[in-house]
Amino acid sequence: MKGYKIIVLAKQVPDTRNVGKDAMKADGTVNRAALPAIFNPEDLNALEQALRIKDQFPGTTITVLTMGPGRAAEIIREGLFRGADDGILLTDRAFAGSDTLATSYAIGQTLKKYGNFDIIIAGRQAIDGDTAQVGPQVAEKLGIPQITYAEEIQAIEKGKVTVKRRLERGVEVVKCPMPLVVTVNSSAPDCRARNAKLIMKYKHAKTISEMQEANDDYLHLYSDRPYLTIKEWTVQNIEVDMNELGLTGSPTKVKKVENVVLQSKGAKVITSSDEDMDQLMRELIENHTIG
Amino acid sequence: MNSVFVYIEIEDGQVAEVSMELLTKGRALATELKVKLEAIAIGYKLDGIEKDIFPYGVDVLHIADDKRLAPYSTLPHTSIVVKLFQEEKPQIALMGASSVGRDLGPRVSSALHSGLTADCTSLVIGDHEDKKQNKEYTNLLYQIRPAFGGNIIATIINPDCRPQMATVREGVMKKEILDSKYKGTINKLDVSKYTSDVDFVVEMIERHMEKSKVNIKGAGIIVAGGYGVGSKENFNLLFELAEVLGGEVGASRAAVDSGYVGHDRQIGQTGTTVRPKLYIACGISGQIQHRAGMEESAQIIAINTDPEAPINSIADYVITGDVAEILPKMIKYYKANTK
Repeated sequence: MKGYKIIVLAKQVPDTRNVGKDAMKADGTVNRAALPAIFNPEDLNALEQALRIKDQFPGTTITVLTMGPGRAAEIIREGLFRGADDGILLTDRAFAGSDTLATSYAIGQTLKKYGNFDIIIAGRQAIDGDTAQVGPQVAEKLGIPQITYAEEIQAIEKGKVTVKRRLERGVEVVKCPMPLVVTVNSSAPDCRARNAKLIMKYKHAKTISEMQEANDDYLHLYSDRPYLTIKEWTVQNIEVDMNELGLTGSPTKVKKVENVVLQSKGAKVITSSDEDMDQLMRELIENHTIG
Repeated sequence: MNSVFVYIEIEDGQVAEVSMELLTKGRALATELKVKLEAIAIGYKLDGIEKDIFPYGVDVLHIADDKRLAPYSTLPHTSIVVKLFQEEKPQIALMGASSVGRDLGPRVSSALHSGLTADCTSLVIGDHEDKKQNKEYTNLLYQIRPAFGGNIIATIINPDCRPQMATVREGVMKKEILDSKYKGTINKLDVSKYTSDVDFVVEMIERHMEKSKVNIKGAGIIVAGGYGVGSKENFNLLFELAEVLGGEVGASRAAVDSGYVGHDRQIGQTGTTVRPKLYIACGISGQIQHRAGMEESAQIIAINTDPEAPINSIADYVITGDVAEILPKMIKYYKANTK
């Protein structure tokens, strides 16, 4: 059966959901080193939607595309362990400081160069910024339609994709011709677990930079098994206007960042004793807050 | 001078709450900048919609009215807004941080190469000096939002690109009519000039929208739970207390993400903003994103096992202890004292 070419856009993010007390440095800046780097949760929901298409149409290939520092190759391996076929790490100092628009430009140019896609699936938003902008911005850069807030890719037939969207107050089912961008909500099914066979197959998958650093005994593997080489692309591999990248290409600038400093407004501290609880409820009733 | 623009979201032929709130904010910004406030309404059968829009102080209302423009669909709405912005060159454009605004905003910003800041909690006008390039900017829009898991508050500016775009959640700005007799002008757009057939390739197969059953925004008393509540079962205690007090149950994002309650109860930067007379925060640590959605509550009771939880700093009453022990006592002594 004919398969589809799917690109999953994924991001490695600091796990901002579990921020410990050492997450902030004394000078008020974020201590990124103290936060574990994870596969952005909604991008995993996106990967699962891609894998379900592959289950249904076995000729389907899934490519995980991520932009980030060298270590972001970790999430490409994670994708391979769960059923993706290959990955592209887009990494270059020129991308540093990119806002969502400069990021979507870089990803858009990469996809134009790579070509070869029917459906681009991404998480709705990343937990470090919560902007939900890169998916739609990439769609606009490519001049193709987008379906955001997707919960389920229900069907693909006659060149059209049927998608169920979960919105604040209800659901929509829409049908859209390929190619298109779909961004997936966390209400979509969780991603399947790693597959033991795939872990064995891909555990040595590396980018060129990682191979050079590792300098291990496995180097012969990479010529024998081309699937173990994770593509590592820099600005050299794509056609870009350098003025559109990084800080220069970002219309938004961070003017100021303030650490969150809390000053107590002098709360009444009470215990959970019966006397205190009784007194509290009396007070609230007397000042007409409740009752 | 270039205007302030608000994109009007239409739900069932009505102007959405968030749009009215943004018109109010947009009017204040336009007045400060001494420019016009303009709005764009896109939908079907919009006759008379201006009656609900001009009172917020709108000077020019652009209307695109066509059967194919309702309900909202990404491509035609994008084409209209992009073309109109290219013609009118607004300096500021505001949209709701709803599933519509968050779908449309990035698309428009990408087409116009303008900066967009999502989920702002405050918008103010201010100046900026770029020391590296020795350039001074006056009257920029400061787009203020918590970032990075709420550990920082960032002020974002768009020095060079226009419009300066921002999305804001429903409930963050206050809605206020400026003058019920305010007169603006209407500019009806010729939809065929602003869209093309390729904008209509996405078909709507099914659509079920319902009014939200949960009304946390309008509740006078809110009992809200966080990750510290521990389980879906423990949340029942919150529902019991809310029912006894005549309030509603809210939740932090962590509690919603853990599946304790539904998304419609989420309070905070990425949920609903509330201002009840009493807010009882149960097992909520109080990250800035959560506080952004409730810190204007008249009275706050914080119940937490951690005596140093950030929520305590904005609370009127701090109770250090276990939610499962404290809530039944609150119910018991409320009943005892109201008999």
